[in-house]
Amino acid sequence: MVTATYSKEEILEILSAIADPEIPVVSIQEIGMLRDVVVSEDGYEVLLTPTYTGCPAMGIIEADIKAMLLEKGITPVKVTLTYSPAWSTDWMSDEAKEKMRKYGIAPPAHSSCGSIFKTEQEVVCPHCSCQDTEMISRFGATACKALYKCNSCKEPFEYFKCH
Amino acid sequence: MAKQDALFKYTLRLGDNALILSQRLSEWCSYAPLIEEDLALTNLSLDMIGRAQALLKYAGEIEGMGKTEDTLAFRRSERQYYNNLLVEQPNGDFAFTMARQLFISAFELYFYSEMEHSKDKTLAAIAAKTLKEVKYHLEHAKDWVIRLGDGTGESHYRIQHAVNELWMYTGELFEMDDVDKELIDQGIATDLDAIRPLWNKYIGDVLETATLIVPENSYMQTGSRKGIHTEHLGHLLCEMQYLQRAYPDAKW
Repeated sequence: MVTATYSKEEILEILSAIADPEIPVVSIQEIGMLRDVVVSEDGYEVLLTPTYTGCPAMGIIEADIKAMLLEKGITPVKVTLTYSPAWSTDWMSDEAKEKMRKYGIAPPAHSSCGSIFKTEQEVVCPHCSCQDTEMISRFGATACKALYKCNSCKEPFEYFKCH
Repeated sequence: MAKQDALFKYTLRLGDNALILSQRLSEWCSYAPLIEEDLALTNLSLDMIGRAQALLKYAGEIEGMGKTEDTLAFRRSERQYYNNLLVEQPNGDFAFTMARQLFISAFELYFYSEMEHSKDKTLAAIAAKTLKEVKYHLEHAKDWVIRLGDGTGESHYRIQHAVNELWMYTGELFEMDDVDKELIDQGIATDLDAIRPLWNKYIGDVLETATLIVPENSYMQTGSRKGIHTEHLGHLLCEMQYLQRAYPDAKW
């Protein structure tokens, strides 16, 4: 039986402080991974969706959520992974995209991939805002990013892939 | 065949394909010809281990015997694995790995495009997620096959050799048995006859652009639907399962 009661909104508010471990300038809420909280007699269930199926940050995020809620005496907490609807970069707020750009990562360029054969176009350099950039590799240091370089300022940078 | 039994076997197959190819690709870690490829191949591997985890977890739930994704991955022997023979083939050289990837990713693209509309909600959700990832895998493999085929004499020879060697494992991708038929009737499984022409067309176009010859459809190796594998799977499992076999229930 749960003694202290918190509303769904209160829990979401608390959890909005948790940063994405890979891109610490944005929160798990801003990036769209934090989907919902279900409050019931059995406790609190936090619904998370992974950005990529193999996202290695999920374990850390789950531990962060439990630790943060435990600290406030909120128990028991269950974290459930949900795959539907599939995570999309469309859920990312403009504010989050701007934070990402300032951090040096080019945010997703266009709205979610309509055609499955569609390729990325016009990735803008996060350093000098030049549009003359080229892809070095489709895959980067994390599953969600690709490697690019700017032909104007010559800086290499990461691009958060449209998904 | 009972629906639950069919669904368990079907989900297990899909999970096994992702798991075994993930393990194969991870063998490239620190051995790839360039650092970008090291990242790319391990990224592919990571996507597939995630997919395997989701599918095997679901398979365990369907079976209802209390098996987790880890039990299914580490406590089954070779004959209890149902992955396609194609994905267990050794990496060979880089061309070999890319030809294998082109064949399987093109298959997965069409397969999961259909599965996205499955009446089984869990499979449909995993398919929707997988599809986004497979798109990148396929583009990557396609670019390399074209680049190698239309490259130097040596690279052309190697990729043509890889295509020829692997061709006999492609027929099995489209094999269907009672499990498939049962689940197609229920709107759950993908009809492989329907995606075969799409795969043939796509692969034909890519190989043509790469100035490569599409091999003749002669002998096709088969067996995985019954758990019969090439000798390579046993060796792969030895390495993958070693720790859990030697120290059962060891925790990280």
